[in-house]
Amino acid sequence: MALQSPSLDVGGAVLVTPKPTAGGRGYWQSVGRRLRRDPVTLICAAILILLVLASLAAPYLNLADPYKTSMLRRLHPIGSPNHWLGTDELGRDMFARLIYGGRLSLFMGVTPVVCALLIGGSLGILAGFVGGKTNMAIMRIMDVFYAFPSVLLAISLSGAMGAGTENTLLSLTLVFIPPICRVSESVTTQVRGFDFVDAAKASGASSFTIVRVHVLGNVLGPILVYATSLISVAIILAAGLSFLGLGVKPPEPEWGLMLNTLRQAIYVNPVLAALPGVMIFVTSICFNLMSDGLRAAMDVKA
Amino acid sequence: MDTLLPIEDRGGPAQPLLLATGLRKHFPVAGGLLGRTTKVVRAVDDLTLSVAKGETLGVVGESGCGKSTVARLLIRLIKPDKGTMVLDGDPVDEPHGITVNELRRQVQMVFQDSYASLNPRLTIAETLAFAPRAHGLPAAEARERVRDLLSKVGLDPANYATRYPHELSGGQRQRVNIARALALRPRLIILDEAVSALDKSVEAQVLNMLVDLKTELDLTYVFISHDLNVVQYLSDRVLVMYLGKIVELGPVEAIYGDPQHPYTRALLSARPSMDPRKRTREAPIQGDPPNPIDPPSGCRFRTRCPFAEDVCARHEPLLAQAGAQAVACHMRVAGSGHSKAVAA
Repeated sequence: MALQSPSLDVGGAVLVTPKPTAGGRGYWQSVGRRLRRDPVTLICAAILILLVLASLAAPYLNLADPYKTSMLRRLHPIGSPNHWLGTDELGRDMFARLIYGGRLSLFMGVTPVVCALLIGGSLGILAGFVGGKTNMAIMRIMDVFYAFPSVLLAISLSGAMGAGTENTLLSLTLVFIPPICRVSESVTTQVRGFDFVDAAKASGASSFTIVRVHVLGNVLGPILVYATSLISVAIILAAGLSFLGLGVKPPEPEWGLMLNTLRQAIYVNPVLAALPGVMIFVTSICFNLMSDGLRAAMDVKA
Repeated sequence: MDTLLPIEDRGGPAQPLLLATGLRKHFPVAGGLLGRTTKVVRAVDDLTLSVAKGETLGVVGESGCGKSTVARLLIRLIKPDKGTMVLDGDPVDEPHGITVNELRRQVQMVFQDSYASLNPRLTIAETLAFAPRAHGLPAAEARERVRDLLSKVGLDPANYATRYPHELSGGQRQRVNIARALALRPRLIILDEAVSALDKSVEAQVLNMLVDLKTELDLTYVFISHDLNVVQYLSDRVLVMYLGKIVELGPVEAIYGDPQHPYTRALLSARPSMDPRKRTREAPIQGDPPNPIDPPSGCRFRTRCPFAEDVCARHEPLLAQAGAQAVACHMRVAGSGHSKAVAA
């Protein structure tokens, strides 16, 4: 017999000495700890929170009326008295319009991604977990949508349905379902291959319970991170649609639309004309960097 | 009331706990245009085995011979293409029998990879409580059961219940896996290379624990391993597999003391000797097993068998009693046409 271990007679009990660092630390606690050590992600998150709060609180901030035009005050430069970010081509206060514009722009960036996350995520997890013909059917349908470049798809959908906020939201949601579905499917397929899912199946639990307890916890992180990175794309696409006249209609303040209307002023006051673009840029880069930081923090090698 | 009591014996000690007849699993290999199935891997081919109550059936064979597929077939993690299973008199997944879920209540499995078989996001207590909770055990009773299970496998509940898998060592994790397999109070546990990834000393501890648990809980084991010494230590009967087929099956003393099949002999002589003077100079069998996509005709071992003759290519040898064990070899059948066949 080759089992000549000195502890053969120990049997089932005692032989396990507890580690000195007792007490379990959760996965999310270790993610939080990593995030706190990542200044870039923290700064981006802070800027985004500030933007969201400012947008939400815009009516209570005692701002100038973003719709009030004045022919006498057109295109005042940055730093003018009463209008410290100047005025636009119709004499409306830029600062107020940028803040109010954030409401629509952020809303148009986040809503389609959230809707697409619910639909595409569920479809992807279903495809990944069930596999086989279901997977084939769902993923091939997604491939059809993939065949169009996302900008083209958004433009054609919006063009077909007509301009307006709801139609923009709808077309952006449709644009984001396939990529989210594909990411969800691939992480779910990966998780499904682990023995703990087989062990759960062998315990006789229903597929729904297995997905809820064993699959969701392991796939939601990567899917959410990916969805966060899509928010910036959604903001840019929404702004692009508005710029093309397919999204929000004037006089609503929205960053993309403001960029469009201010472009006539680009030779008169280029800095002013660039302001909405700066807002779009800052917001989307913050979402991107934050999703990168989240991804790094969640990639915990145990 | 405890809703998850151990299941009573029904057929008496003489009735096999699990009887599998003609199990077959061929995996399609996608290939060709549009991923059509052009070839199949014959992972398990017409395998018949019975597991007696209270015994340990060892399953040995080289990598890729279908051992793990057998394990997954027995617990129905994969559906067999053909064949029937009877659990203590009840046919499985048939109109008058028990459902697959009822089978899984009585048959559980321990996987080889102790880390991949634990959900990294759940604490040990959550992992252990999952199956009982899914079967409707109230939370308080499930907590009680988790404590009980942890102490059964030699882990202090106060210390380990709230830990995460990555905070445990390989041996501790495998104890948790064994505890999970016990959670539904099964009668049969399939151990698929359950100790193969552990250090030798930890392996010995876990093996001894398995032996103790078997007596304590009145369990039956199917112990799958490539480690011949461990199988010898634990098993009552041994099944030797080659390329999805049984080549030899019998009591452990007979298989190890008087192996009949050339493959079993080769396997046993390939064991490293503890005595350096008896070192094996030559590999007893050469090369790798043939591709299971296109297994050799007749006897599947003939391409590596030193005694192969024409008859081995023409006819497939059937399992036949030879001494205390059953062997699938033409040399052990009188009048088979093999020049070395035993006299009638």
